Amino acid sequence: MSGVISAVGTSPESEKTVIVEPRNALRRTKSGGASTAITESRATRAALIGIAVSFLGLFVVLPLVVVFVGALRTGFRIYLSSLRDPDALSALRLSMHVALIVVPLNLVLGVAAAWAVAKFEFRGKRILTTVIDIPFAVSPVIAGMAFMLLFGAQGWFGSWLAVRDIRIAFAVPGIVLATIFVTLPFIARELIPLMQEQGNEEEETAVVLGASGWQTFVRVTLPNIKWGLLYGVILCNARAIGEFGAVSVISGHVRGVTNTLPLHVEALYNEYNSAGAFAVASLLSLLAVVTLVLQKIVELHQSGERRSRNEDVEGSQS
Amino acid sequence: MPHRVLPGFGLTLGFTVLYLGLFVLIPLSTIFVKAAGLGWHGFWTTVTAPRVMAAYRLSFLCAFYAALVNAMFGFLVAWVLVRYSFPARRVADAIVDLPFALPTAVAGIAFATLYAENGWVGSRLIPFGVRVAYTQLGIVAVLTFIGLPFVVRTVQPVLANLEFEMEEAACSLGAGRWAAFTRVLLPRIWPALLTGFTLAFARAIGEYGSVLFIAGNMPMRTEIAPLLVMAKLDQFDFQGAAAISAGMLIVSFALLLAINALQGIGRRQKP
Repeated sequence: MSGVISAVGTSPESEKTVIVEPRNALRRTKSGGASTAITESRATRAALIGIAVSFLGLFVVLPLVVVFVGALRTGFRIYLSSLRDPDALSALRLSMHVALIVVPLNLVLGVAAAWAVAKFEFRGKRILTTVIDIPFAVSPVIAGMAFMLLFGAQGWFGSWLAVRDIRIAFAVPGIVLATIFVTLPFIARELIPLMQEQGNEEEETAVVLGASGWQTFVRVTLPNIKWGLLYGVILCNARAIGEFGAVSVISGHVRGVTNTLPLHVEALYNEYNSAGAFAVASLLSLLAVVTLVLQKIVELHQSGERRSRNEDVEGSQS
Repeated sequence: MPHRVLPGFGLTLGFTVLYLGLFVLIPLSTIFVKAAGLGWHGFWTTVTAPRVMAAYRLSFLCAFYAALVNAMFGFLVAWVLVRYSFPARRVADAIVDLPFALPTAVAGIAFATLYAENGWVGSRLIPFGVRVAYTQLGIVAVLTFIGLPFVVRTVQPVLANLEFEMEEAACSLGAGRWAAFTRVLLPRIWPALLTGFTLAFARAIGEYGSVLFIAGNMPMRTEIAPLLVMAKLDQFDFQGAAAISAGMLIVSFALLLAINALQGIGRRQKP
Protein backbone atom coordinates (compact mmCIF):
# COMPACT_ATOMS: atom_id res chain seq x y z
CA MET A 1 0.00 0.00 0.00
CA SER A 2 2.82 2.37 -0.73
CA GLY A 3 1.12 4.71 -3.08
CA VAL A 4 -0.42 8.06 -3.34
CA ILE A 5 -3.92 7.08 -4.25
CA SER A 6 -4.09 4.17 -1.86
CA ALA A 7 -3.28 6.53 0.97
CA VAL A 8 -5.83 8.95 -0.33
CA GLY A 9 -8.23 6.17 0.39
CA THR A 10 -10.27 6.16 -2.77
CA SER A 11 -9.86 2.45 -2.20
CA PRO A 12 -13.21 1.30 -0.98
CA GLU A 13 -11.91 -1.08 1.69
CA SER A 14 -10.70 1.80 3.82
CA GLU A 15 -14.19 3.23 3.65
CA LYS A 16 -15.77 0.08 4.95
CA THR A 17 -14.50 0.58 8.44
CA VAL A 18 -16.06 4.01 8.43
CA ILE A 19 -19.48 2.91 7.31
CA VAL A 20 -19.69 -0.17 9.47
CA GLU A 21 -18.37 0.61 12.89
CA PRO A 22 -20.59 -1.43 15.16
CA ARG A 23 -18.23 -1.62 18.11
CA ASN A 24 -17.59 2.08 18.42
CA ALA A 25 -21.19 2.89 17.61
CA LEU A 26 -22.30 0.67 20.46
CA ARG A 27 -19.94 2.35 22.88
CA ARG A 28 -21.16 5.69 21.73
CA THR A 29 -24.80 4.97 22.54
CA LYS A 30 -23.91 3.32 25.83
CA SER A 31 -21.88 6.22 27.08
CA GLY A 32 -24.57 8.65 25.95
CA GLY A 33 -24.19 12.31 26.69
CA ALA A 34 -23.67 12.04 30.42
CA SER A 35 -20.26 10.45 30.45
CA THR A 36 -17.55 12.48 28.78
CA ALA A 37 -15.20 9.57 29.27
CA ILE A 38 -14.68 8.63 25.66
CA THR A 39 -16.52 11.29 23.79
CA GLU A 40 -16.94 15.04 23.95
CA SER A 41 -19.76 16.96 25.58
CA ARG A 42 -22.94 17.51 23.61
CA ALA A 43 -22.15 21.16 22.99
CA THR A 44 -18.64 20.41 21.79
CA ARG A 45 -19.92 17.75 19.45
CA ALA A 46 -22.56 20.06 18.02
CA ALA A 47 -20.01 22.84 17.55
CA LEU A 48 -17.51 20.55 15.81
CA ILE A 49 -20.19 19.10 13.54
CA GLY A 50 -21.35 22.63 12.77
CA ILE A 51 -17.88 23.83 11.82
CA ALA A 52 -17.15 20.76 9.68
CA VAL A 53 -20.48 20.92 7.85
CA SER A 54 -20.14 24.68 7.29
CA PHE A 55 -16.67 24.16 5.88
CA LEU A 56 -17.93 21.49 3.47
CA GLY A 57 -20.89 23.69 2.56
CA LEU A 58 -18.75 26.73 1.83
CA PHE A 59 -15.94 24.99 -0.02
CA VAL A 60 -17.66 22.07 -1.74
CA VAL A 61 -21.45 22.45 -1.96
CA LEU A 62 -21.62 26.17 -2.76
CA PRO A 63 -19.33 25.96 -5.83
CA LEU A 64 -21.50 23.13 -7.14
CA VAL A 65 -24.68 25.12 -6.55
CA VAL A 66 -23.29 28.24 -8.23
CA VAL A 67 -22.62 26.24 -11.40
CA PHE A 68 -26.23 25.12 -11.76
CA VAL A 69 -27.62 28.54 -10.80
CA GLY A 70 -25.31 30.20 -13.31
CA ALA A 71 -26.42 27.76 -15.98
CA LEU A 72 -30.16 28.22 -15.43
CA ARG A 73 -30.24 31.92 -14.50
CA THR A 74 -31.01 33.05 -18.03
CA GLY A 75 -33.80 30.53 -18.43
CA PHE A 76 -34.17 26.96 -19.52
CA ARG A 77 -34.46 27.78 -23.25
CA ILE A 78 -31.08 29.48 -23.38
CA TYR A 79 -29.65 26.67 -21.27
CA LEU A 80 -30.80 24.05 -23.79
CA SER A 81 -29.67 26.07 -26.78
CA SER A 82 -26.19 26.48 -25.20
CA LEU A 83 -25.98 22.73 -24.92
CA ARG A 84 -27.25 22.21 -28.47
CA ASP A 85 -24.65 24.58 -29.88
CA PRO A 86 -22.59 22.73 -32.55
CA ASP A 87 -19.29 23.61 -30.87
CA ALA A 88 -20.56 22.30 -27.54
CA LEU A 89 -21.76 19.09 -29.15
CA SER A 90 -18.47 18.57 -30.96
CA ALA A 91 -16.61 19.17 -27.67
CA LEU A 92 -18.83 16.58 -26.01
CA ARG A 93 -18.15 14.08 -28.79
CA LEU A 94 -14.40 14.71 -28.61
CA SER A 95 -14.30 14.29 -24.82
CA MET A 96 -16.21 11.03 -25.07
CA HIS A 97 -13.93 9.78 -27.85
CA VAL A 98 -10.84 10.56 -25.81
CA ALA A 99 -12.26 8.79 -22.74
CA LEU A 100 -13.23 5.78 -24.88
CA ILE A 101 -9.62 5.40 -26.03
CA VAL A 102 -7.85 6.33 -22.80
CA VAL A 103 -9.85 4.36 -20.23
CA PRO A 104 -9.45 0.91 -21.91
CA LEU A 105 -5.71 1.49 -22.41
CA ASN A 106 -5.19 2.50 -18.79
CA LEU A 107 -7.41 -0.41 -17.75
CA VAL A 108 -5.08 -2.87 -19.50
CA LEU A 109 -2.08 -1.18 -17.89
CA GLY A 110 -3.78 -1.25 -14.48
CA VAL A 111 -4.52 -4.98 -14.67
CA ALA A 112 -1.05 -5.84 -16.04
CA ALA A 113 0.75 -3.71 -13.45
CA ALA A 114 -1.38 -5.08 -10.60
CA TRP A 115 -0.79 -8.68 -11.74
CA ALA A 116 2.97 -8.18 -11.89
CA VAL A 117 3.24 -6.22 -8.63
CA ALA A 118 0.72 -8.16 -6.52
CA LYS A 119 1.38 -11.75 -7.65
CA PHE A 120 5.16 -11.78 -7.92
CA GLU A 121 8.24 -10.69 -6.02
CA PHE A 122 10.93 -8.97 -8.04
CA ARG A 123 13.69 -6.43 -7.65
CA GLY A 124 12.74 -2.85 -8.41
CA LYS A 125 9.12 -3.27 -7.40
CA ARG A 126 9.19 -0.13 -5.23
CA ILE A 127 10.66 1.83 -8.13
CA LEU A 128 7.94 0.56 -10.46
CA THR A 129 5.12 1.57 -8.13
CA THR A 130 6.73 4.97 -7.59
CA VAL A 131 6.91 5.51 -11.36
CA ILE A 132 3.20 4.67 -11.56
CA ASP A 133 2.62 7.47 -9.03
CA ILE A 134 4.62 10.08 -10.95
CA PRO A 135 1.66 11.48 -12.94
CA PHE A 136 -0.04 12.37 -9.62
CA ALA A 137 2.86 14.58 -8.63
CA VAL A 138 3.55 16.24 -11.98
CA SER A 139 1.77 19.45 -12.92
CA PRO A 140 -0.62 18.77 -15.82
CA VAL A 141 0.89 21.71 -17.71
CA ILE A 142 4.29 20.01 -17.59
CA ALA A 143 2.72 16.75 -18.80
CA GLY A 144 1.19 18.48 -21.80
CA MET A 145 4.43 20.26 -22.53
CA ALA A 146 6.40 16.99 -22.47
CA PHE A 147 4.34 15.72 -25.39
CA MET A 148 4.81 19.05 -27.20
CA LEU A 149 8.58 18.60 -26.88
CA LEU A 150 8.20 15.15 -28.45
CA PHE A 151 5.67 15.77 -31.18
CA GLY A 152 5.43 19.57 -31.62
CA ALA A 153 6.89 21.35 -34.67
CA GLN A 154 10.23 21.82 -32.86
CA GLY A 155 9.98 18.52 -30.99
CA TRP A 156 12.14 15.40 -31.25
CA PHE A 157 9.86 13.81 -33.84
CA GLY A 158 8.45 17.09 -35.17
CA SER A 159 10.12 17.16 -38.57
CA TRP A 160 9.77 13.40 -39.04
CA LEU A 161 6.02 13.71 -38.50
CA ALA A 162 5.74 16.85 -40.63
CA VAL A 163 7.30 15.12 -43.63
CA ARG A 164 4.77 12.31 -43.36
CA ASP A 165 1.92 14.73 -42.68
CA ILE A 166 1.03 13.09 -39.37
CA ARG A 167 -0.41 15.44 -36.76
CA ILE A 168 -0.12 14.60 -33.09
CA ALA A 169 0.36 17.97 -31.39
CA PHE A 170 -2.61 20.32 -31.83
CA ALA A 171 -4.69 17.29 -32.82
CA VAL A 172 -6.66 14.46 -31.23
CA PRO A 173 -3.71 12.01 -30.79
CA GLY A 174 -1.89 14.59 -28.66
CA ILE A 175 -4.97 15.07 -26.49
CA VAL A 176 -5.20 11.29 -26.06
CA LEU A 177 -1.52 10.99 -25.09
CA ALA A 178 -1.72 13.81 -22.54
CA THR A 179 -4.87 12.30 -21.04
CA ILE A 180 -3.26 8.84 -20.82
CA PHE A 181 -0.40 10.37 -18.83
CA VAL A 182 -2.60 12.25 -16.39
CA THR A 183 -5.08 9.41 -15.70
CA LEU A 184 -2.59 6.53 -15.83
CA PRO A 185 -2.35 5.78 -12.08
CA PHE A 186 -6.04 5.62 -11.20
CA ILE A 187 -6.93 2.03 -12.11
CA ALA A 188 -3.50 0.58 -11.27
CA ARG A 189 -3.53 2.24 -7.83
CA GLU A 190 -6.97 0.82 -7.16
CA LEU A 191 -6.09 -2.75 -8.17
CA ILE A 192 -2.60 -3.18 -6.70
CA PRO A 193 -3.56 -3.05 -2.98
CA LEU A 194 -6.73 -5.05 -3.67
CA MET A 195 -4.89 -7.90 -5.39
CA GLN A 196 -2.09 -7.84 -2.84
CA GLU A 197 -4.62 -8.27 -0.07
CA GLN A 198 -6.29 -11.21 -1.81
CA GLY A 199 -3.09 -13.21 -2.18
CA ASN A 200 -2.24 -15.93 -4.69
CA GLU A 201 -3.86 -19.05 -3.24
CA GLU A 202 -6.99 -19.14 -5.36
CA GLU A 203 -5.09 -18.54 -8.57
CA GLU A 204 -2.42 -21.09 -7.72
CA THR A 205 -5.09 -23.71 -7.04
CA ALA A 206 -6.66 -23.02 -10.41
CA VAL A 207 -3.33 -23.36 -12.21
CA VAL A 208 -2.45 -26.56 -10.37
CA LEU A 209 -5.84 -27.99 -11.36
CA GLY A 210 -4.93 -27.35 -14.99
CA ALA A 211 -6.43 -23.97 -15.84
CA SER A 212 -4.55 -21.82 -18.33
CA GLY A 213 -3.28 -18.39 -17.31
CA TRP A 214 -6.10 -16.62 -19.15
CA GLN A 215 -8.77 -18.94 -17.71
CA THR A 216 -7.37 -18.35 -14.24
CA PHE A 217 -7.54 -14.60 -14.71
CA VAL A 218 -11.06 -14.53 -16.15
CA ARG A 219 -12.66 -17.16 -13.87
CA VAL A 220 -10.80 -16.61 -10.59
CA THR A 221 -9.15 -13.19 -10.43
CA LEU A 222 -11.67 -11.09 -12.32
CA PRO A 223 -14.67 -11.97 -10.12
CA ASN A 224 -12.60 -11.05 -7.06
CA ILE A 225 -11.49 -7.67 -8.35
CA LYS A 226 -14.51 -6.63 -10.40
CA TRP A 227 -15.77 -3.96 -8.01
CA GLY A 228 -12.35 -2.43 -7.49
CA LEU A 229 -11.85 -2.49 -11.23
CA LEU A 230 -15.16 -0.74 -11.79
CA TYR A 231 -14.29 1.84 -9.15
CA GLY A 232 -11.01 2.63 -10.89
CA VAL A 233 -12.69 2.82 -14.30
CA ILE A 234 -15.33 5.27 -13.01
CA LEU A 235 -12.68 7.55 -11.50
CA CYS A 236 -10.39 7.29 -14.53
CA ASN A 237 -13.29 8.14 -16.84
CA ALA A 238 -14.26 11.22 -14.83
CA ARG A 239 -10.69 12.48 -14.81
CA ALA A 240 -10.19 11.73 -18.50
CA ILE A 241 -13.24 13.80 -19.45
CA GLY A 242 -12.40 16.58 -16.99
CA GLU A 243 -8.68 16.97 -17.68
CA PHE A 244 -7.79 20.56 -18.43
CA GLY A 245 -4.15 21.63 -18.01
CA ALA A 246 -2.37 18.93 -19.98
CA VAL A 247 -4.92 18.99 -22.77
CA SER A 248 -4.85 22.79 -22.83
CA VAL A 249 -1.15 22.81 -23.74
CA ILE A 250 -1.38 20.33 -26.59
CA SER A 251 -4.87 20.78 -28.06
CA GLY A 252 -4.28 24.01 -29.97
CA HIS A 253 -7.77 25.22 -29.00
CA VAL A 254 -9.40 24.86 -32.42
CA ARG A 255 -13.10 25.33 -31.81
CA GLY A 256 -15.27 22.51 -33.00
CA VAL A 257 -12.16 20.41 -33.73
CA THR A 258 -9.74 20.08 -30.79
CA ASN A 259 -11.71 21.67 -27.95
CA THR A 260 -12.73 19.20 -25.26
CA LEU A 261 -15.60 20.02 -22.91
CA PRO A 262 -13.42 21.70 -20.23
CA LEU A 263 -11.58 23.70 -22.90
CA HIS A 264 -14.92 24.76 -24.34
CA VAL A 265 -15.95 25.99 -20.88
CA GLU A 266 -12.81 28.13 -20.79
CA ALA A 267 -13.41 29.52 -24.29
CA LEU A 268 -17.00 30.52 -23.47
CA TYR A 269 -16.00 32.01 -20.11
CA ASN A 270 -13.25 34.11 -21.69
CA GLU A 271 -15.80 35.47 -24.19
CA TYR A 272 -17.93 36.61 -21.23
CA ASN A 273 -20.61 34.11 -22.29
CA SER A 274 -21.11 33.07 -18.70
CA ALA A 275 -24.51 31.42 -19.30
CA GLY A 276 -22.96 29.23 -21.98
CA ALA A 277 -19.88 28.48 -19.91
CA PHE A 278 -21.98 27.44 -16.92
CA ALA A 279 -24.34 25.42 -19.10
CA VAL A 280 -21.46 23.29 -20.36
CA ALA A 281 -19.94 23.29 -16.87
CA SER A 282 -23.24 21.98 -15.48
CA LEU A 283 -22.91 19.00 -17.80
CA LEU A 284 -19.47 18.29 -16.35
CA SER A 285 -20.77 18.82 -12.80
CA LEU A 286 -23.54 16.34 -13.48
CA LEU A 287 -20.89 13.87 -14.58
CA ALA A 288 -19.03 14.49 -11.31
CA VAL A 289 -22.17 13.90 -9.22
CA VAL A 290 -23.02 10.73 -11.15
CA THR A 291 -19.42 9.60 -10.61
CA LEU A 292 -19.77 10.11 -6.84
CA VAL A 293 -23.07 8.19 -6.72
CA LEU A 294 -21.65 5.30 -8.76
CA GLN A 295 -18.58 5.21 -6.50
CA LYS A 296 -20.77 4.92 -3.41
CA ILE A 297 -22.81 2.12 -5.00
CA VAL A 298 -19.65 0.22 -5.88
CA GLU A 299 -18.32 0.74 -2.35
CA LEU A 300 -21.49 -0.71 -0.86
CA HIS A 301 -21.27 -3.76 -3.13
CA GLN A 302 -17.62 -4.26 -2.32
CA SER A 303 -18.01 -4.01 1.44
CA GLY A 304 -21.05 -6.29 1.26
CA GLU A 305 -19.08 -8.88 -0.68
CA ARG A 306 -16.14 -8.63 1.68
CA ARG A 307 -18.39 -9.15 4.67
CA SER A 308 -20.02 -12.23 3.17
CA ARG A 309 -16.60 -13.61 2.30
CA ASN A 310 -15.38 -13.05 5.86
CA GLU A 311 -18.49 -14.77 7.19
CA ASP A 312 -17.77 -17.73 4.90
CA VAL A 313 -14.27 -17.97 6.30
CA GLU A 314 -15.50 -17.76 9.89
CA GLY A 315 -18.25 -20.28 9.15
CA SER A 316 -15.81 -22.80 7.70
CA GLN A 317 -13.46 -22.37 10.64
CA SER A 318 -16.00 -23.02 13.39
CA MET B 1 13.95 -17.45 -5.87
CA PRO B 2 11.03 -19.86 -5.46
CA HIS B 3 9.45 -21.48 -8.47
CA ARG B 4 6.62 -19.39 -9.85
CA VAL B 5 3.34 -21.25 -10.16
CA LEU B 6 1.40 -18.43 -11.77
CA PRO B 7 2.03 -17.55 -15.40
CA GLY B 8 2.22 -14.15 -17.02
CA PHE B 9 5.00 -12.50 -15.05
CA GLY B 10 7.16 -11.65 -18.06
CA LEU B 11 4.21 -10.51 -20.14
CA THR B 12 2.61 -8.24 -17.56
CA LEU B 13 5.86 -6.76 -16.24
CA GLY B 14 7.17 -6.24 -19.75
CA PHE B 15 3.98 -4.52 -20.83
CA THR B 16 3.93 -2.32 -17.72
CA VAL B 17 7.53 -1.23 -18.14
CA LEU B 18 7.03 -0.54 -21.85
CA TYR B 19 3.85 1.45 -21.21
CA LEU B 20 5.40 3.51 -18.42
CA GLY B 21 8.47 4.11 -20.56
CA LEU B 22 6.50 5.28 -23.57
CA PHE B 23 3.89 7.38 -21.81
CA VAL B 24 5.69 8.65 -18.70
CA LEU B 25 9.46 8.37 -18.66
CA ILE B 26 10.36 9.28 -22.25
CA PRO B 27 8.00 12.28 -22.32
CA LEU B 28 9.30 13.59 -18.98
CA SER B 29 12.91 13.11 -20.01
CA THR B 30 12.36 15.61 -22.83
CA ILE B 31 11.88 18.33 -20.20
CA PHE B 32 15.28 17.69 -18.63
CA VAL B 33 17.00 17.31 -22.00
CA LYS B 34 15.51 20.60 -23.21
CA ALA B 35 16.45 22.37 -19.97
CA ALA B 36 19.97 20.93 -20.16
CA GLY B 37 20.31 22.56 -23.57
CA LEU B 38 20.57 25.89 -21.76
CA GLY B 39 23.73 24.84 -19.97
CA TRP B 40 24.15 25.21 -16.23
CA HIS B 41 24.63 28.97 -16.36
CA GLY B 42 21.67 29.53 -18.68
CA PHE B 43 19.49 27.27 -16.57
CA TRP B 44 20.42 29.08 -13.38
CA THR B 45 19.81 32.58 -14.77
CA THR B 46 16.44 31.43 -16.16
CA VAL B 47 15.11 29.95 -12.94
CA THR B 48 16.44 32.75 -10.73
CA ALA B 49 14.93 35.54 -12.84
CA PRO B 50 12.72 37.73 -10.58
CA ARG B 51 9.48 36.82 -12.37
CA VAL B 52 10.26 33.09 -12.11
CA MET B 53 11.28 33.32 -8.45
CA ALA B 54 8.07 35.23 -7.69
CA ALA B 55 6.03 32.51 -9.42
CA TYR B 56 7.82 29.72 -7.53
CA ARG B 57 7.37 31.51 -4.23
CA LEU B 58 3.69 32.15 -4.91
CA SER B 59 3.05 28.53 -5.96
CA PHE B 60 4.78 27.08 -2.92
CA LEU B 61 3.33 29.55 -0.42
CA CYS B 62 -0.26 29.29 -1.65
CA ALA B 63 0.00 25.49 -1.85
CA PHE B 64 1.45 25.46 1.67
CA TYR B 65 -1.30 27.63 3.17
CA ALA B 66 -4.01 25.65 1.38
CA ALA B 67 -2.54 22.38 2.64
CA LEU B 68 -2.38 23.85 6.15
CA VAL B 69 -6.06 24.87 6.03
CA ASN B 70 -6.86 21.38 4.78
CA ALA B 71 -4.80 19.73 7.50
CA MET B 72 -6.88 21.54 10.13
CA PHE B 73 -10.34 21.45 8.61
CA GLY B 74 -9.78 18.13 6.83
CA PHE B 75 -8.84 16.56 10.16
CA LEU B 76 -11.96 18.05 11.74
CA VAL B 77 -14.15 16.73 8.90
CA ALA B 78 -12.60 13.27 9.19
CA TRP B 79 -13.06 13.34 12.99
CA VAL B 80 -16.71 14.34 12.74
CA LEU B 81 -17.42 11.76 10.04
CA VAL B 82 -15.83 8.92 12.01
CA ARG B 83 -16.80 9.74 15.59
CA TYR B 84 -20.20 11.42 15.50
CA SER B 85 -23.52 10.54 13.96
CA PHE B 86 -25.62 13.35 12.57
CA PRO B 87 -28.24 13.80 9.86
CA ALA B 88 -26.87 13.58 6.32
CA ARG B 89 -23.56 12.20 7.55
CA ARG B 90 -23.45 9.82 4.59
CA VAL B 91 -24.05 12.70 2.18
CA ALA B 92 -21.31 14.74 3.84
CA ASP B 93 -19.02 11.72 3.57
CA ALA B 94 -19.75 11.27 -0.13
CA ILE B 95 -19.36 14.95 -0.94
CA VAL B 96 -15.78 14.99 0.32
CA ASP B 97 -14.77 13.24 -2.90
CA LEU B 98 -16.31 15.89 -5.15
CA PRO B 99 -13.02 17.76 -5.74
CA PHE B 100 -11.61 14.50 -7.19
CA ALA B 101 -14.48 14.14 -9.62
CA LEU B 102 -15.23 17.75 -10.56
CA PRO B 103 -13.18 19.01 -13.54
CA THR B 104 -10.75 21.68 -12.37
CA ALA B 105 -11.95 24.21 -14.95
CA VAL B 106 -15.47 23.96 -13.50
CA ALA B 107 -14.12 24.50 -9.99
CA GLY B 108 -12.19 27.49 -11.35
CA ILE B 109 -15.15 29.34 -12.86
CA ALA B 110 -17.34 28.44 -9.86
CA PHE B 111 -14.85 29.91 -7.37
CA ALA B 112 -14.17 32.95 -9.56
CA THR B 113 -17.93 33.64 -9.71
CA LEU B 114 -18.52 33.01 -5.99
CA TYR B 115 -15.68 35.22 -4.82
CA ALA B 116 -15.96 38.00 -7.40
CA GLU B 117 -16.86 41.41 -5.97
CA ASN B 118 -20.49 40.87 -6.93
CA GLY B 119 -20.46 37.14 -6.09
CA TRP B 120 -22.40 35.45 -3.29
CA VAL B 121 -19.40 35.20 -0.97
CA GLY B 122 -17.21 37.93 -2.44
CA SER B 123 -19.82 40.66 -1.98
CA ARG B 124 -20.16 39.79 1.71
CA LEU B 125 -16.41 40.03 2.26
CA ILE B 126 -15.89 43.37 0.50
CA PRO B 127 -17.37 45.41 3.42
CA PHE B 128 -14.64 43.91 5.60
CA GLY B 129 -12.03 44.98 3.09
CA VAL B 130 -11.29 41.39 2.09
CA ARG B 131 -10.83 40.81 -1.61
CA VAL B 132 -10.55 37.20 -2.70
CA ALA B 133 -10.96 37.00 -6.46
CA TYR B 134 -7.82 37.93 -8.42
CA THR B 135 -5.70 37.93 -5.25
CA GLN B 136 -3.47 35.38 -3.56
CA LEU B 137 -6.32 34.64 -1.15
CA GLY B 138 -8.37 33.41 -4.12
CA ILE B 139 -5.58 31.04 -5.12
CA VAL B 140 -5.44 29.65 -1.59
CA ALA B 141 -9.24 29.23 -1.53
CA VAL B 142 -9.42 27.20 -4.72
CA LEU B 143 -6.35 25.13 -3.79
CA THR B 144 -8.08 24.33 -0.50
CA PHE B 145 -10.98 22.89 -2.50
CA ILE B 146 -8.59 20.84 -4.66
CA GLY B 147 -6.67 19.38 -1.71
CA LEU B 148 -9.48 18.62 0.75
CA PRO B 149 -10.10 14.93 -0.14
CA PHE B 150 -6.41 14.09 0.21
CA VAL B 151 -6.34 14.96 3.92
CA VAL B 152 -9.78 13.58 4.80
CA ARG B 153 -9.31 10.28 2.97
CA THR B 154 -5.86 9.74 4.46
CA VAL B 155 -6.82 10.51 8.06
CA GLN B 156 -10.30 8.95 8.06
CA PRO B 157 -9.31 5.23 7.84
CA VAL B 158 -6.58 5.66 10.47
CA LEU B 159 -8.99 7.37 12.81
CA ALA B 160 -11.60 4.68 12.25
CA ASN B 161 -9.16 1.86 13.01
CA LEU B 162 -7.95 3.27 16.33
CA GLU B 163 -8.94 1.09 19.27
CA PHE B 164 -11.15 2.75 21.80
CA GLU B 165 -9.38 0.81 24.57
CA MET B 166 -6.41 3.16 24.39
CA GLU B 167 -8.54 6.21 25.05
CA GLU B 168 -10.49 4.40 27.74
CA ALA B 169 -7.28 3.42 29.46
CA ALA B 170 -6.02 6.98 29.31
CA CYS B 171 -9.30 8.17 30.73
CA SER B 172 -9.42 5.62 33.53
CA LEU B 173 -5.88 6.60 34.46
CA GLY B 174 -7.18 10.10 35.02
CA ALA B 175 -6.37 11.84 31.76
CA GLY B 176 -8.81 14.49 30.63
CA ARG B 177 -10.34 14.45 27.20
CA TRP B 178 -7.83 16.96 25.88
CA ALA B 179 -4.88 15.08 27.35
CA ALA B 180 -6.18 11.85 25.83
CA PHE B 181 -6.41 13.60 22.50
CA THR B 182 -2.95 15.14 22.52
CA ARG B 183 -1.12 12.28 24.26
CA VAL B 184 -2.89 9.19 22.93
CA LEU B 185 -4.62 10.04 19.67
CA LEU B 186 -2.39 12.62 18.06
CA PRO B 187 0.82 10.57 18.17
CA ARG B 188 -0.93 7.78 16.29
CA ILE B 189 -2.55 10.04 13.74
CA TRP B 190 0.21 12.44 12.83
CA PRO B 191 1.86 10.25 10.16
CA ALA B 192 -1.45 10.06 8.31
CA LEU B 193 -2.10 13.75 8.84
CA LEU B 194 1.35 14.66 7.56
CA THR B 195 0.90 12.32 4.58
CA GLY B 196 -2.41 13.98 3.75
CA PHE B 197 -0.83 17.41 4.12
CA THR B 198 2.03 16.48 1.81
CA LEU B 199 -0.34 14.97 -0.77
CA ALA B 200 -2.50 18.09 -0.76
CA PHE B 201 0.63 20.25 -0.96
CA ALA B 202 2.08 18.26 -3.88
CA ARG B 203 -1.21 18.37 -5.76
CA ALA B 204 -1.64 22.10 -5.16
CA ILE B 205 1.84 23.04 -6.41
CA GLY B 206 1.10 21.74 -9.89
CA GLU B 207 -2.55 22.76 -10.08
CA TYR B 208 -3.41 24.90 -13.09
CA GLY B 209 -6.99 24.64 -14.34
CA SER B 210 -8.80 25.97 -11.30
CA VAL B 211 -6.27 28.67 -10.42
CA LEU B 212 -6.27 30.09 -13.95
CA PHE B 213 -9.72 31.61 -13.53
CA ILE B 214 -9.43 33.11 -10.04
CA ALA B 215 -5.81 34.24 -9.94
CA GLY B 216 -5.91 37.22 -12.30
CA ASN B 217 -2.52 36.04 -13.53
CA MET B 218 -0.56 39.24 -12.94
CA PRO B 219 3.19 38.67 -13.35
CA MET B 220 5.08 39.03 -10.03
CA ARG B 221 1.83 39.11 -8.02
CA THR B 222 -0.69 36.40 -8.89
CA GLU B 223 1.11 34.32 -11.50
CA ILE B 224 1.73 30.76 -10.29
CA ALA B 225 4.54 28.66 -11.76
CA PRO B 226 2.39 26.49 -14.10
CA LEU B 227 0.86 29.70 -15.50
CA LEU B 228 4.33 31.08 -16.16
CA VAL B 229 5.24 27.84 -17.96
CA MET B 230 2.14 28.33 -20.09
CA ALA B 231 3.08 31.95 -20.81
CA LYS B 232 6.57 30.88 -21.92
CA LEU B 233 5.08 28.22 -24.18
CA ASP B 234 2.79 30.79 -25.78
CA GLN B 235 5.91 32.82 -26.61
CA PHE B 236 7.57 29.68 -28.06
CA ASP B 237 10.25 29.94 -25.36
CA PHE B 238 10.42 26.16 -24.96
CA GLN B 239 13.80 26.17 -23.20
CA GLY B 240 12.64 28.68 -20.63
CA ALA B 241 9.45 26.69 -20.03
CA ALA B 242 11.47 23.48 -19.72
CA ALA B 243 13.86 25.07 -17.22
CA ILE B 244 11.02 26.29 -14.98
CA SER B 245 9.34 22.87 -15.30
CA ALA B 246 12.54 21.03 -14.43
CA GLY B 247 12.73 23.03 -11.20
CA MET B 248 9.15 22.06 -10.36
CA LEU B 249 9.68 18.40 -11.30
CA ILE B 250 12.62 18.10 -8.91
CA VAL B 251 10.43 19.38 -6.07
CA SER B 252 7.59 17.04 -7.14
CA PHE B 253 9.88 14.00 -7.12
CA ALA B 254 11.24 14.97 -3.70
CA LEU B 255 7.69 15.21 -2.37
CA LEU B 256 6.80 11.84 -3.90
CA LEU B 257 9.73 10.25 -2.06
CA ALA B 258 8.71 12.03 1.15
CA ILE B 259 5.17 10.67 0.81
CA ASN B 260 6.48 7.13 0.31
CA ALA B 261 8.69 7.49 3.38
CA LEU B 262 5.82 8.86 5.46
CA GLN B 263 3.59 5.99 4.47
CA GLY B 264 6.38 3.65 5.49
CA ILE B 265 6.30 5.24 8.97
CA GLY B 266 2.51 4.93 9.04
CA ARG B 267 2.72 1.20 8.23
CA ARG B 268 5.34 0.48 10.85
CA GLN B 269 3.25 2.15 13.53
CA LYS B 270 0.34 -0.19 12.95
CA PRO B 271 0.28 -3.03 15.49
